[in-house]
Amino acid sequence: MIEVARPGARNPAMEVVRPGALTSVQDLGRGGLAHLGVPRSGALDEPAHRLANRLAGNPPAAATLETTLTGVALRARVDTVVVVTGAPAPVRVDGQPAAWGAAVRVPAGALLDVGTATHGVRSYLAFAGGIDVPPVLGSRATDLLSGLGPARLSAGDVLPLGTPTGCPSFVDSAPTPAPPEVLVLRLVLGPRHGWFTGAADALRQARYTVSPASNRIAVRTDGPPLTRATDRELPSEGVVLGAVQVPADGRPMIFLADHPTTGGYPVVGVVPAPDLAAAAQARPGTPVRFIPS
Amino acid sequence: MSPRHPSPPGHPALVRPRVLPVGAHALLVEVDSTAAVQALHAEILRRRDAGHLPGVTEIVPAARTVLLDGLDTPAALARDLPTWTIPPVTPADGPLIEVPVRYDGADLAAVAEHWGVSSVAEAHAAIEYRVAFCGFAPGFGYLTGLPARYHVPRLATPRTVVPAGAVAVAGEYTGVYPRPSPGGWLLIGRTDAVLWDPSREPAALFAPGVRVRFVPVAP
Repeated sequence: MIEVARPGARNPAMEVVRPGALTSVQDLGRGGLAHLGVPRSGALDEPAHRLANRLAGNPPAAATLETTLTGVALRARVDTVVVVTGAPAPVRVDGQPAAWGAAVRVPAGALLDVGTATHGVRSYLAFAGGIDVPPVLGSRATDLLSGLGPARLSAGDVLPLGTPTGCPSFVDSAPTPAPPEVLVLRLVLGPRHGWFTGAADALRQARYTVSPASNRIAVRTDGPPLTRATDRELPSEGVVLGAVQVPADGRPMIFLADHPTTGGYPVVGVVPAPDLAAAAQARPGTPVRFIPS
Repeated sequence: MSPRHPSPPGHPALVRPRVLPVGAHALLVEVDSTAAVQALHAEILRRRDAGHLPGVTEIVPAARTVLLDGLDTPAALARDLPTWTIPPVTPADGPLIEVPVRYDGADLAAVAEHWGVSSVAEAHAAIEYRVAFCGFAPGFGYLTGLPARYHVPRLATPRTVVPAGAVAVAGEYTGVYPRPSPGGWLLIGRTDAVLWDPSREPAALFAPGVRVRFVPVAP
């Protein structure tokens, strides 16, 4: 990668050395625009995003980095502080082990490396001051469905940092739920559970696993297909975060932050938002159980 | 859940919404026609603006439904909503936007044959449309107003790339692709109008409720 001199290059920034499998800028998303076809986007594990910001002394809406399985490496262009939360992963500063889940000083010129997650899927990196890319429609989040916000990270990208507004918390550690061995999801039936034969019993008894085809749009599942009670076509209708849509193959998919704003397949139920962080951290192959009510 | 009571034709005032549960904070309100959705959507916006829908974060119209999300008290609203008096939308309600179109789309001849007209441009531009809802991509509006005889099936095999500004028809809808994307609608023309610009206010030219007229321009 050739270093290109650019205006503001000496401003506070992090330079991407290794982008990992998929690393994106995330915040609390751009809600309120679904009527224009704009997905909400934002951090999939929102509690981890919020915790990272809190420990870094940032407001909750400050932009963090969301990694996918294989972490990320960045070189600091300024003295900064980072907090890594979400999926546990080895954190190194210039090769020296550093804390996960706590504020870590990163001197200018140092290489910050967040390695492959030991479990879970998505780690969050909050830098003091937050990632300060230009907001689009009120959010800095990368929306991989509709292409709004910054592109996913590539080697050589330079990410500007904002001005810190609070003080990082240099605590020993912060409590974080372990990523799930079994993904247990509550599910409130509706609006279209009547389109399936015995939806509640079928969902309660079926054993699903997280499909490798899962992404920021949805957790897809492998397992027994739900049986349609009608072959009517559903005109597209609005869908919410956590909606469990059942496409033509009958296998439930759980909508995450980059979900489309409308869908043409029936939604059998809705997983409450507090259960979605665990869904976002469940690796392919993880058993899934629904608790319908 | 109330039983279905379809409104008799010619009496769109008789909107009888059915309310379906959607998780802990949302409701899906279903009606029988596009016109009823437009009337229901307008009434929901009036009540939101009057402060009667506490907490609501999203109001998403679609083909036969309006979704309300973020509600503080969805159960109370679910009980109240079937008692609403919902006046029909009159044709003059909503802002009117004129969109210049060069009618030179790749499927022009096929559409002319479906419609049984010599000039698709003349027929398409003679109608005033309304943005019923958005979806598929940011700023992609589904415009209603085509008479039933102009409803055409979408392509059996969608195109992998449709250019931005392509004017198209499919089913009961017409619309304009806001950016290059795959697409299965039949292409009848193109426009230079910018349908979607996130740095503009408003970002979407075609927001729900907007009235649209297409104006033919020389290719």
